Amino acid sequence: MIHLINISIQSEFIGEVLMYEAIVIGVSAGGLHALSQIVPEFEKDYPLAIIIVQHRLNDHNDFLAEYLNKLSELEVKEPQSLESVLPSHIYVAPAGYHLLIERNKKFSFSVDPPVCYSIPSIDVLFQSAAICYQEKLIGVILTGANSDGSDGLKTIKEYGGLTVVQDPSTAEVDFMPKAAINNTDIDHIIPLKQIGLFLKQLEFNRVKHE
Amino acid sequence: MNKVETLEFEVNMLLEAILFRYGYDFRHYARASLERRVLNRVQLSGLDNISEMIPLIMHDPNFFNLFLKDMSITVTEMFRDPFVFKQIRDSVFTQLKTYSRVNIWHAGCATGEEVYSMAIMLKEEGLLKRTQIYATDFNNHSLEIAAKGIYPAAKMKLFTENYLNSGGKNSFADYYQAKYECAKLTESLKEHITFANHNLIKDQVFAQMHLVMCRNVLIYFDQNLQNRVLDLFKQSLIHRGFLILGDKESLDFSIVNDSFDKYQYPERIYRRSTYV
Repeated sequence: MIHLINISIQSEFIGEVLMYEAIVIGVSAGGLHALSQIVPEFEKDYPLAIIIVQHRLNDHNDFLAEYLNKLSELEVKEPQSLESVLPSHIYVAPAGYHLLIERNKKFSFSVDPPVCYSIPSIDVLFQSAAICYQEKLIGVILTGANSDGSDGLKTIKEYGGLTVVQDPSTAEVDFMPKAAINNTDIDHIIPLKQIGLFLKQLEFNRVKHE
Repeated sequence: MNKVETLEFEVNMLLEAILFRYGYDFRHYARASLERRVLNRVQLSGLDNISEMIPLIMHDPNFFNLFLKDMSITVTEMFRDPFVFKQIRDSVFTQLKTYSRVNIWHAGCATGEEVYSMAIMLKEEGLLKRTQIYATDFNNHSLEIAAKGIYPAAKMKLFTENYLNSGGKNSFADYYQAKYECAKLTESLKEHITFANHNLIKDQVFAQMHLVMCRNVLIYFDQNLQNRVLDLFKQSLIHRGFLILGDKESLDFSIVNDSFDKYQYPERIYRRSTYV
């Protein structure tokens, strides 16, 4: 146990056992730019599952997933109902549905009313993911003009996960990161340009401790 | 005390109480959405935890009705996903026209928006007169709204847009009369629709169908319950009958996958296969 206490904040991975299994990212206005700064950082063997809610219109194209797929070594896709959440994949919530994660680590959807005027809603994804992954989850809130995600991030913290927010001064619209910071205890507030590196760093540290 | 285990236990107890007291079985609903709805009810009713719902469920039928309403509220609209309705009009109706009588089942019709959308399309394509539409739901409150065919006038703009994008041939205003904040759909659309209570979880096949439409209902069920319901649809459909699901639903992980062809896949229009 003493050994564990000595490990600094950077060693998020211990041996072969992943400290974290999944990252959930919530983003609204200004999201395309923010995501295009972060997504290219993940290399092919990045061992976590990444699930993104980007607010958008109910337009039924999968432009966002296709666009991010071009930027990433990982496969980026919109999941379908009952599909398993796999490591080393990036999933984007489709337009017009709330995306949730069930306890058995499978995706589910709902057409419940919008939350914070949004469907998909960040809170809905984050809260279901918090219950599923508990302390093995990282929640990230990026730029946006809406308070969606604040409650979700709080739930992630309550279930023992790691909370990360984009430094509001680096956000295209700072309302969403500020709302998240005011609502809960944030572990890391990081400028946009360093978020990808930070998340990647967790992976490098795993290699170091193996 | 583990928070997640406590949550799971409390929800299990609640669902057992509902089953025991009212005979509604929500045990095979997908848990994430169900928990969300339950926790919303806890908050809205000013309760401290899920366990406090149990005595209310057991002794106050009005509270149960509230819960039942919570379980049925979804986002729906007329001609939701216009591209799906366009495809039905363009490629499913041509097949339905070969039958002298047509039965259509809207399973889990909620407040009826899609039922009326279908009726309007059938009318424009000259099919309504020979069609019987069955619109069913387990929730009587939703069925009452559906049977009335009255929707907020504020929604007519969106419905009109959807109607036009789905290939509508007339003016959408021909199908409703607006009064104050309400818009009432034309009475004649109802002549071929039967609204009835049917619970997908426990009720059986009741007629042979040429088309079953069940969009965004299965997403609320777990894999076992989805299989049960899909098997029910399979039994209901005639040879080469159509099954239409929501555009994020699929038969890929289901037990009936081999019994259906993907007829128009982006729209999730399936057809009973020839060889089974």
